[in-house]
Amino acid sequence: MSVVSTPAPPTGATDPPTLTVVPARHPWRWVGSAVALVLAAQFTHGLVTNPGWDWPTFAGYFVERSIVEALLVTLHLTLAGAALGFLGGVVLAPMRLSRSPVLRGFSWTYIWVFRSVPLIVQLLFWANLGYLYDTLQFGVPFGPGFVEVRTIDLVSPFGAALLGLTLHQAAYSAEIVRAGIISVDQGQVEAAAALGIPRLRQFRRIVLPQAMRAILPSAANELINLLKSTSVVYVLAIGEIFYQVQVVYGRNGRVVPLLMVATVWYVVLTALLSVLQFYVERHFARGALRTLPPTPLQRLRAVVGQRLGRTGVAGPSRGGGGPW
Amino acid sequence: MVRLRGVHKTFGTHEVLRGIDLDLPAGSVTVILGPSGSGKSTLLRTINHLEKVDRGTVVVDGQLIGYRQVGDRLYELGERLILRQRADIGFVFQNFNLFPHLTALENVAEAPVATRRLTRAQARERALALLDRVGLADRAGAYPRQLSGGQQQRVAIARALALEPKLILFDEPTSALDPELVGEVLDVLRDLARAGTTMVVVTHEIGFAREAADTVVFLDAGRVVEQGPPGAVLDHPAHERTRAFLSKVLT
Repeated sequence: MSVVSTPAPPTGATDPPTLTVVPARHPWRWVGSAVALVLAAQFTHGLVTNPGWDWPTFAGYFVERSIVEALLVTLHLTLAGAALGFLGGVVLAPMRLSRSPVLRGFSWTYIWVFRSVPLIVQLLFWANLGYLYDTLQFGVPFGPGFVEVRTIDLVSPFGAALLGLTLHQAAYSAEIVRAGIISVDQGQVEAAAALGIPRLRQFRRIVLPQAMRAILPSAANELINLLKSTSVVYVLAIGEIFYQVQVVYGRNGRVVPLLMVATVWYVVLTALLSVLQFYVERHFARGALRTLPPTPLQRLRAVVGQRLGRTGVAGPSRGGGGPW
Repeated sequence: MVRLRGVHKTFGTHEVLRGIDLDLPAGSVTVILGPSGSGKSTLLRTINHLEKVDRGTVVVDGQLIGYRQVGDRLYELGERLILRQRADIGFVFQNFNLFPHLTALENVAEAPVATRRLTRAQARERALALLDRVGLADRAGAYPRQLSGGQQQRVAIARALALEPKLILFDEPTSALDPELVGEVLDVLRDLARAGTTMVVVTHEIGFAREAADTVVFLDAGRVVEQGPPGAVLDHPAHERTRAFLSKVLT
């Protein structure tokens, strides 16, 4: 570097304090907004004025008892299927990354098969398991058995549905978890190994929490997908919400309002899951971002605080702390 | 403390280490110098078995690392035993490799909880004392990304110290740092050296070697070219290759 002379003060008349800044105008943005608003208004108008939607029937059935009970079945299938499926994924993903060719091959084959078979076909297979195996025996493989049960007693229609969803979900979860694991820097495992941290704890404490950052958006996608996939189990005559609305409109013939009942519930549940996703993702962002983005509630408080003339209310800069 | 005999290591067809013999007494500070690609880091990583040796033996504190000897055969140890051996050998990485989702305090406390059966409270208390020792007690709650490079490396050193290792290995601890942050890390290293910690340091900081090392080892093409006290190796190198390397580094 050479010696720099003292910078001269800016010359010319570019810097008097009276100039006002005029933001650039965006006419096309206004046109686009207008079109969007008109379309939205037309759609809403149609929803309100078209008698075909039959809102009174919709309102009558929306929180009707059989519908709410069916909704609980849907939720049960979704949450149990997701939890068990994810558990399967957490086992299958490290297997696919294992150094043992047998474990790798097993995991690969599992994922290949269960991603290949359509869910609905698989469900029908499980429901008809009793046709293939009349009884199931637990004991020494290829040796004597200790407990014997009839397949029909063990695998109820609900059991078959949950089994099918879980196995299906495990295959997809395994790939999502694997994507998360390989996104973690190799140096992390090396540092953990250099500290002598046992293998399982390395995975649980060091790798998985960091992998979660990459896992969560896809996992949330899968969960929402599963919520809707539960409608497929209607083929096993399980009273989840889609099956239930079909039962009702089979009786009274009001197809559209009852489909809307199911639709709106799916939309509401998806919204709830999306909120859950936001907070879970935020939790696992610890340390990955210097400061966490404010939650909607914090943002609201900040705005309200400003309106009331107070300053420095919501403090997302605290970094850690509770979710609110 | 550390004894290497005939250590060989090959990556593919490239022979990185071609028979290394070294003896490092307890409480000594050894600095390993050498051009890039000379096998310095690989050598360091064989000492805690992050890199498996192809031939030769590594003995730390009387214990054969990575293997069990029965007669004239070496049986590879199971992972659990290797991890237990590693817990006695601290390692500090060039890129720190702190756990980004844990605070500085949790980074330091993690391994003692996992391997030394300490309660979380005990480990945290000790971790805080160690952070204080590297001058970072006030940053205990910060996540690695909220720390400067120099601070991160000091946390990494505290993390290595937390297991009270017999020996600490440093793999270019200042190479990833901005020049003005190198000093604070070297200060910590000097303190450790003064306190009698057995250390092996791969570095390009000749000044540190001159001042803190008991032995300087010069490595080239997978062989020890020369070794001795810093005054001898750095100021009166016996080999042409050492001289050539030093003339480039010292300009």
